[in-house]
Amino acid sequence: MSLKRNVSLATGLRYQGQGPYLTFILHRIGGLGMGIFVAVHVLASFVGGSVGSFLNAIYTHWVFQIFIFFCALFHAINGLRITICDLFPKLIEYQREAIWVEWAVFLPIFGIAVFVILNAALGG
Amino acid sequence: MTTTKPRTLPLSKRGLNFEMLMWIFTRLSALAMYALILIAIIGALIMGARTQMNMADVLRWGFMPNSSHVQSTNVPDLAPWASPFWKVTAGLLLFVAVAHGVHGLVVISDDYIVSARGRNIARIISIIMVISFSLMGLYIIWTS
Repeated sequence: MSLKRNVSLATGLRYQGQGPYLTFILHRIGGLGMGIFVAVHVLASFVGGSVGSFLNAIYTHWVFQIFIFFCALFHAINGLRITICDLFPKLIEYQREAIWVEWAVFLPIFGIAVFVILNAALGG
Repeated sequence: MTTTKPRTLPLSKRGLNFEMLMWIFTRLSALAMYALILIAIIGALIMGARTQMNMADVLRWGFMPNSSHVQSTNVPDLAPWASPFWKVTAGLLLFVAVAHGVHGLVVISDDYIVSARGRNIARIISIIMVISFSLMGLYIIWTS
């Protein structure tokens, strides 16, 4: 058995799943990003030495900090929505509204964090 | 747009298998991580982070309360940050996060690996990952 898709790649890229699909794919990207970061970070700390400190120095770069904070914050806030909606299934009816609330919480916090990170990295 | 009414099955008709248990574990471990990170942040504020650390360092400590994460800050004494309480908290956070994360990787891989053999291999790799990363993390937490 092999993986069969009923649509072409071009059709797949044009898929308009809207808000819920965007949160699904960002949740996945955020989870993968954090998973890779934590795995490399644990390995680097375990190995130590020059290789370890080289790998751990990547994490102090402002580009990486913005990326990983996006992953962590979005995954955390979206995960809280999923948890609340799944534990109280009657709320699933309002999940589109919940996604708007999610963005209203995420964007200001992430915006302030990006401003602080950029201010410290570039402004001095 | 039509809305479908969610149907509720009686407990006896619901499947209670490993996948279902991991589904609920993923939700509950998310709440547990929120709780552990809040404990770490509140603990940092009690231990004097308000005047000795900036927000980024508090968050860094919050995501993994390990004393090496506050070495570069103005904290005068690392001893309270390396107490057994924080090592146990960090260990719990590690176990919950590794299990939650590796199960997430299995869920993602199931979307792309569809053969029974491939899925078995993915599961064996995931079990090895959970054990090895838990042990490595525990070693780092206990020796730092």
